[in-house]
Parts: sequence; C-alpha cells; structure tokens
Amino acid sequence: MQVTIKSINGVVLIELEGSLDGKTAPEVQKQVLPSAEGQNKVILDMTRVHYISSAGLRVLLLLYRQLKAKGGKIVLVGMMEEIRDVMSNTGLLNFFLIADSPKGGIEALG
Amino acid sequence: MPEQMLDQRIDYYPTHEYQGFQFRPGRPIPFGATLVPNGVNFSIFSSAATSCTLVLFEKRASKPVVEIPFPEEFRIGNVYCMIVFDLDVENIEYGYRMGGPWDPIAGHRFDKTKILCDPYAKAIGGRDVWLQPPDWNNLYQYRARLAFEDFDWEEDRHPEIPIEDLVIYEMHVRSFTRHPSSGVKYPGTFAAIREKIPYLKELGVNGLELMPIFEFDEWENNRQHPETGELLVNYWGYSTLGFFAPKGGYAATGKYGMQVDELKTLIKDLHKNGIEVILDVVFNHTAEGDHRGHTISFRGVDNKTYYMLTPDGYYFNFSGCGNTLNCNHPVVRNVVLDCLRYWASEYHLDGFRFDLASILGRDPMGYPLSNPPLLETLAHDPILARCKLIAEAWDAGGLYQVGSFPAYGRWAEWNGKYRDTIRKFLKSEPGQVGELSYRIQGSPDLYEHRGPTASINFVTCHDGFTLYDLFSYNDKHNEANGENNNDGANDNNSWNGGWEGETDDPGINSLRRRQIKNALTILLISQGVPMIFAGDEAGRTQNGNNNAYCHDTEMNWFDWSLLERNADLFRYAKRFIHFRHAHPALRNRYHFQHRDYVGSGYPDISFHGTQAWNCDWSFDSRVFAFLLCGKHAKQGSVEDDFIYGGINMHWDALHFQPPYLPEGMKWHIFSNTGMPAPEDVHEIGREPILAEQNNILVGPRSIIVLVGR
Repeated sequence: MQVTIKSINGVVLIELEGSLDGKTAPEVQKQVLPSAEGQNKVILDMTRVHYISSAGLRVLLLLYRQLKAKGGKIVLVGMMEEIRDVMSNTGLLNFFLIADSPKGGIEALG
Repeated sequence: MPEQMLDQRIDYYPTHEYQGFQFRPGRPIPFGATLVPNGVNFSIFSSAATSCTLVLFEKRASKPVVEIPFPEEFRIGNVYCMIVFDLDVENIEYGYRMGGPWDPIAGHRFDKTKILCDPYAKAIGGRDVWLQPPDWNNLYQYRARLAFEDFDWEEDRHPEIPIEDLVIYEMHVRSFTRHPSSGVKYPGTFAAIREKIPYLKELGVNGLELMPIFEFDEWENNRQHPETGELLVNYWGYSTLGFFAPKGGYAATGKYGMQVDELKTLIKDLHKNGIEVILDVVFNHTAEGDHRGHTISFRGVDNKTYYMLTPDGYYFNFSGCGNTLNCNHPVVRNVVLDCLRYWASEYHLDGFRFDLASILGRDPMGYPLSNPPLLETLAHDPILARCKLIAEAWDAGGLYQVGSFPAYGRWAEWNGKYRDTIRKFLKSEPGQVGELSYRIQGSPDLYEHRGPTASINFVTCHDGFTLYDLFSYNDKHNEANGENNNDGANDNNSWNGGWEGETDDPGINSLRRRQIKNALTILLISQGVPMIFAGDEAGRTQNGNNNAYCHDTEMNWFDWSLLERNADLFRYAKRFIHFRHAHPALRNRYHFQHRDYVGSGYPDISFHGTQAWNCDWSFDSRVFAFLLCGKHAKQGSVEDDFIYGGINMHWDALHFQPPYLPEGMKWHIFSNTGMPAPEDVHEIGREPILAEQNNILVGPRSIIVLVGR
C-alpha cells in the first residue's frame, strides 16, 4: 500500500493506493494518524484503493474519531462503488463527508 | 491505556514457540477467542478431553498453517487456554482437535481426525455467500473466525418499548427482500432490510422478529425434488452451527467477512427509527443431528455435556431434529446465558423468542422440571433484565405449556390457543364465543397472574399457512417439499370459502379479502402483543404450502408488487396498526376488572351481542361485540376514546346496536370489513359519524370497529 501525504493551503491530502487490509492497516495507521494530528481539514483520496477490509475500515474510523475530537473534518474522495457499498452496509459511510474529487473535497470542507 | 504501559506488562510477551508461532499460557475466561494486546486468547472447555490442539488456517485454506498442541500446563481445570501472538486476526480461521475416548455408550465421541468449530466462535466462515457451492472436500467446513468488537454505536440505545405497545413483525431475512421486485441493491441481506426501514415505518410495526440468524448451513440435508428437480435446502435455518455467530450468507458483506458489522448497522438504524429487534433463537438442538450426523463442534468437544443422551448413549430427540441440547446442564446453561448476554450487549438486541422453549425446562434425562434453572436464570439476569423473553411454549416431545410455562414474572409466550380460537371463530365454527371473549382480553384464563403482556397474539407465523392461504385452502399442499404431503400440520382450522386454491369467482375472492381484514382486525384490537407474519399485510401466498422450510424460491420470497395488487389489504393493515398505536385502551398492561373503577358509568370492558348489553354466549352464536371504556385506558391513567368492536361471523348480515355513549359523545366508524375499499377503513381522527347512533348493519362475516368521542 502506497501512502502519499500532501498539504495544500492548510488542507491535508492523503492519497492511498492498493489494498487497505489487516496486513497494511497498521502501517497506514502509523503514517496517517500523525499527519492529521492537529489538523482540522483532511481529504482522504481513495481513488486507487481497490479493497478495504474490516481492519482498514477501522483505520478510517480512528482517523475520523481523532479529527472529530478536535473539531476537525474529513472528506473521503473517489471511492469505487464496491468500497462505497461496503462502507455503507457496515455503517461507516454515515460518519464521513463524501466527494468525487479532491477539488470537490475542498469545497465540502468549506 | 498508553502504549508504553501495554508494552510493560510482562504477560503481553510470549513464553513458548512452536514452528515459528509464539505463544504463552492463556486465560480461561472468557471462553472463545478474544483479541488481547499483541495476540489472541484462545480458551475452550471440555469435561472429558485428554488433549487439545489449536489448529490455525489462513482464511479459506484447505490445509492448516500450524497445529499447536496445548502443553499440559496450559490446562486450568478442564479449560485449555493459550495466547498466540502476532496473528493476522482478519486472515485466520481456527479450530480444535480434541483427544479423548470414543465410547458412545459412555457418552463420549471424541475423534481427533475432526477439526472442530469453537462453540463460542463469534463468526464462522465457510458459507460466506448464500448457496455458493461449498468445497465438500475441505476437512474443515464451518470455520471459526475472530470478530472485532469495537463497533461504533454512537449514542444508540435500546428503545425499551413497553411490550404491550409492540406490534411485532416476524420476518425471514432472505424472504423479505430476495424477490426481484424488492428493488434493493443487495437482495436478501441485512443491508436490504435497512434499505426497507421506511416501509416498516409506514406499516407501523415497531418490533422486528428475525427468524434464525445464527450461522447455519443452507446446504444441510439438501436434496432435489424427485419430480420437479428443485433444489431443496435448509432455508429457514432452524439448525444452529454456532450460537455466537451471525449468518454470513445474510450479509451483503459476508464475502468480506463483515457480517458482524452489517448486522449491527441494521440494528443501530432500526433503533434510530424506533424499531426493536427480537431474535428467534434455537437452543433446543444443533446442526449435528443424531448418531448418524456430522461431527462439527459440540459432539467432538464434549458430547456428554452438550447433549441429552439416553442411557445407552443415543440422542434424545425432543426437538424433532435428531438431538436435544442439554440446556439444564450447568455448563450448557452458562453457554446459553453467555450467548444471550453477548447478543444483548454486543449487538444491542431487544429480545429473544425461544424456539421450542419447553425443551429449556427439561432436565438432562428429559423430564420436565418444575423450577428449571435455566429459565429462572434468564428471567433474573442483570444484563437481560430489560430484554423481552418470549417462549414458544411447547416442544416436539409432547410438552405443551401454553399458559403454564415457568414465567418468573418475565416470560411471554406465543399464544397458540389465541391462534386456534381466532381461526375457528373466523370460519364460523360454533361454540367459540366464550373462548373468543378471553382471547381478545389477553387470555386472562391462561395468564391470570401474568397479565395480557404474557400473550403474544398471532393468527399466522412462519410455521403454517400464510394469512391469504388460511382463507384459500382447506388442506395443506406440501407436495413441493418432496415428502408426499406428509409433513406440516394437519389441524389448520382453515377455510377456503368454497373453492380450494386460486379461483376467478369474485364472490369467493371478495370473501377471502374480507377474512384477511377480519383476522387483522381481531388481532389488532385484542389485548396482548400482536404479531404479524411478514407479507400477510399484502396477501402473500405460498400456494397452500404450510411448511415452506426448504424453498429458496418465490414460494417464500415477498413479492413487493403485491402491495399494488392488494393495495386495499396493505392500506387496511397499515391504518389498523396505526389505530392500535393511537389507542392506549387497546394496549393495557393489566387485565380488565369488569367493573367501573373510575366512575365513568361504564365498566372497563363489557360484552354485547346484536343487542347492546346482551351477549349471546350460546353454542350456536357467531356474534360477539365488546366495548372498551376510554376512561379506563391503562387503568384510567390516560384518556382515550370509547372503542366498540362488533364481530359478525354469521353468514347473514345482522343489525348491531352499539351501546349508548355518555352525553355529548358520538359513535364514529373507523372500520367496516363489509365495505369495499376505501370505505373499509378510515383515517384516524377523520372517521365519519355513524348515521344511526344505535344501529348499524354488519355484513355477513364482517367486523365493524367504532370509536366514541
């Protein structure tokens, strides 16, 4: 799993690529959580994530919880339909703002 | 806990190693596989095993990655426990091999060639996608998995709806949305029920009772129908593989192993919408069958503990399904308790309906106990304290306890006598008026001290005819089950109205619709807790099959286009359910006293006939009417309208005289099944005034309900 972290005008843009599962989740968590620490606007670009497992979903929820505790916001961007459905069916989708592209993500963050 | 503190605990490090796997002695409690820092704690009990081996697989693999024998010093009492470190918890499946005697007469059936599923498995793999053909060569078919238990419930809470305010809707998870007409994205799943919550709200039900959702094998005893070639399967699922695991094949995300989260998400959203969830739980037997059955789990782990055995080591069969779980054995009792506590706390379940619950009151030799410890324990359990406990108060061994089930002030019952009386009265059988008067009062003859809330009232349920078929068939038609029509009940108290099955006769069809509305009316104006079988509100048919346990076909699937074709039935059901919610007089917690204790001038309930204050109790009477005084609603604690029900099951139309109301009040017509839609049922609060206040013509086999205000 590739993780790229950028900062654009005070927004943290995290791009994930590959499979977010039990094997990769701990590493992703290690990289992503600190990068969002103290931030209040985060975009998570999932365009190139082709699979997400329970452990992967939990990393997203942790990220959400960490941000929310400090009044921050997170937008998920570019999810494949299958992943979006999995997130919907397991109740996770409700926690997040959703956008089609990073640009839309910035708008959603307001 | 800060990370460094975790790292400082010495018991979070391994002490042993075997083929590259690191482990240490575990903790005996809790049983099952539990996530602990850095690893997984495995714990399993067996009263007579002489050795135990933990078998670990990668998900879906046919061969194990390792088999770790428990060192003898890892056994505490009769519990084997160990913590294994650094496992990819999402990607492993585990089982056990148990050593011990093969001595069936003594009750032992240990077999080290079998890999056994953990009786406490929180998730089970192997049947992840409904009816996907399994690999029968795989040695380990039903594969214990680990489950995360950190679901984010947010502010969810149990609705804790008083049981008398419930309208229960009994549903088969797959049947509800599998039909192509359902229009959902993932038909037949938990996710699909969630998509249909707006429908449940519109209908007005506030208690969803799910037929078994513990993991089962739909392929169990599968066979082809000798004539039609249809694949017959274990569709209903009254055959448990594991008591702690939700059915993977009922989850859209089952193929990813996320059924736990999907079910919790459904329950969370139902709660958000004011709907409680009750599970139909099957603790009377397991999927292992009798001595000819497979060894899946319990038999190989501890046969003698888990099953009721005859003196020569065969299986008692009080369930009709081959074996009987040994529920009042102290260990098994705790398994049942652990299980229910787990579902109540981890899944936020609101209640349980116990299949063949009378078995839970039998001792290990099968004798009925006067004070069954399991039932008493459940009734007094602190965690289950506010859960609804509902018994199917009979079993297949001849124990029939409707009215006498050991209740401890807690247990409600499926009231089979309610079903039978209502059916008989609706088909105009004589000699039913006295009995009917009890049934609509919440059966005080059966539940004198327990109150009407002990009575779960129903006319139909999954077991038997649908409501439409009840009035379309005199006899069962179970040929499609491939058992020469020998299965299923024969005493259905059904009546086809003059023709067996489908007909073009408009008179018969109109009578059938009327009868469906009549049944719904009586059900929803009776004291007690009404239960509706899903689909009956839209006239669902099973073509006369009264035991559709094996069909994954349109016979069981709810055809949503019925809502249009039978729009009048749906409208009627919906309005009546809302009528019940609107009128506390219909939902009393305590029995009527048959007197006026609030000074309204009327007793809380009174009985009438075609003439006011003159009920015809004679054998040949098919007429019954009753009046609920609105000032006595909920013991006079709330104000309600007066409610009058006039039931005419005579074949002629009859004039009924509703009693005079207090000065200034008038009778309004809420419903009249003798009228075609839309005159059959009116909007609550906009009921038309009855033209002649003490005279109404009630059509043949019709019911009127009036409100006085």
